[in-house]
Amino acid sequence: MGTPSLSQIKPHAGGRIDIQQLSVRFAGSAAAALADVNLTIAPGEFVVALGPSGCGKTSLLNCLAGFILPSAGEILLDGSAIAGPSPELGVVFQKHALMPWLNVIDNVALGLRFRGLARTARLDIAAEKLRLVGLEQYLQSPVQQLSGGMQQRVGIARALANDPRILLMDEPMGALDALTRESIQELLVQLWQRTGKTIFFITHSVEEALFLGSKIVVMSAHPGRIAHVFEPPFSRQYLSSEDARAVKSSADFIRWREHLLQLVHQPASF
Amino acid sequence: MKLSTLPPLPQAALSLEADRPHPAPVQTASLPAASVYPRPGNGNTLGITLATIVLSIAAWWFVTGNGWIAPLFLPAPAAVWSAAVQAWNGNVQGGLPLVQHLEWSLLRVFGAFLLAAVTAVPLGLLMGTSRIVRGIADPLLEFYRPLPPLAYLPLIVIWFGIDETAKILLIYLACFAPIAVATRAGVVDVATEQLHAALSMGASRWQLLRHVILPAALPDILTGLRIAIGFGWTTLVAAEMVAATAGVGQLVLNASNFLRTDIVIMGIMLIGVIAYLFDLAMRRLERTLVPWKTQG
Repeated sequence: MGTPSLSQIKPHAGGRIDIQQLSVRFAGSAAAALADVNLTIAPGEFVVALGPSGCGKTSLLNCLAGFILPSAGEILLDGSAIAGPSPELGVVFQKHALMPWLNVIDNVALGLRFRGLARTARLDIAAEKLRLVGLEQYLQSPVQQLSGGMQQRVGIARALANDPRILLMDEPMGALDALTRESIQELLVQLWQRTGKTIFFITHSVEEALFLGSKIVVMSAHPGRIAHVFEPPFSRQYLSSEDARAVKSSADFIRWREHLLQLVHQPASF
Repeated sequence: MKLSTLPPLPQAALSLEADRPHPAPVQTASLPAASVYPRPGNGNTLGITLATIVLSIAAWWFVTGNGWIAPLFLPAPAAVWSAAVQAWNGNVQGGLPLVQHLEWSLLRVFGAFLLAAVTAVPLGLLMGTSRIVRGIADPLLEFYRPLPPLAYLPLIVIWFGIDETAKILLIYLACFAPIAVATRAGVVDVATEQLHAALSMGASRWQLLRHVILPAALPDILTGLRIAIGFGWTTLVAAEMVAATAGVGQLVLNASNFLRTDIVIMGIMLIGVIAYLFDLAMRRLERTLVPWKTQG
């Protein structure tokens, strides 16, 4: 994987998120998917939402992305309310959601095309983002010929191409095999450091949450709410040591992991 | 991971497999190719298709050659061929060479088909994306769609007369509904994730339609076009019942009045072959335009 030098990257500041008394109830259901969620995400934080299925973490992400307008409360991005989807809020989807009629580089450049950038300018930016995720060999490939891991890398490059203030990732590694998952986890931590983006990431893997997050938000279900918040040190440890296995097999990591597993597996309080 | 820090395995455990005598190496290149357990109906059909065509013609030739069926009901292949030659030279009723009949019919069918394509695709896109357009167009479209063209042919003649307008309009109406319905279905099937992805990249309404919805619906649109051209051909004879002096449909109708079964069969085969060739071309177009749908 080609890793560009640090001088190449000019990080735009990540944005700040304030979630205030957010509640979401879907039509046809009496119970709330999210009840009175309050959370502040500082610029440049890597927040991982962790929880069992049905805890509302995807609903929370959809609110952040502007795909769901909440029943109550509001979300502020750098002080102004989120009213709908916007290029400031980059999204990486669980199913990659690429456009199969476009090749790799045109997929990444699509958002820039929407914004009216000239073709050469947008292809330059797209190529740069694809270099960042290690896909410089596949610029012209049809996306349906890539492996799942590579498709997800295209999805990440596409989200970065718009230079969003927030990067929202909805279980992007859920369908990937363990090895691919680990390499993309390492890529993400590196991208986080280089770009300075604020990241909100969803997973149900405790290990993934611990390795990635500068902040972990453990959610509980029925109704979805934030149960615990932690600030694990491991992504920063990885950045200084660059040895993911050493970090993940350390006694400290395993102690954290067992503790979080117990919390996540606690029966939900009704 | 550092495997070298593991204690070495006992020698006996390592050598068990290695000590076994190896069978003679297999010439792998000469082995038959492995195959995936097939889906029902897998495999190439070209040979069977050609055999079917050859056998049908042979059976036709055989039953007519032996006089088992009177020429009035089914003329021999040679008689149909000579009818084709006669028609080509303009030696049948009306005196028009076959090329001119063909030109008129192709003009009517493809003219109406193209008009339907350029109007029904936008309407289908709008029906899939606009509540108001769907509300207006859905009842009208669904009302006329199942009507047999022969049923409203008299109305069209009363309203539009007996010139080309009436003929093209009849074929146009037959082509329009399947294209609009297929396009709308394609729009409904666009993945929500793709729409959300485009919106979070800043797509405007128009860009969403042009860069996401239209290409995503293209496979369904092409299917609709294939169905529509079939409807166009089936409506051709009905259209050419209206005071036509030229056209393959008119040729067939006229020949049937004179019990010229040879010309009737020649005309039918001509329409069938043209429609089949066009369908093959459309399938090729599908493979070029929507490779992500047609390739594995």
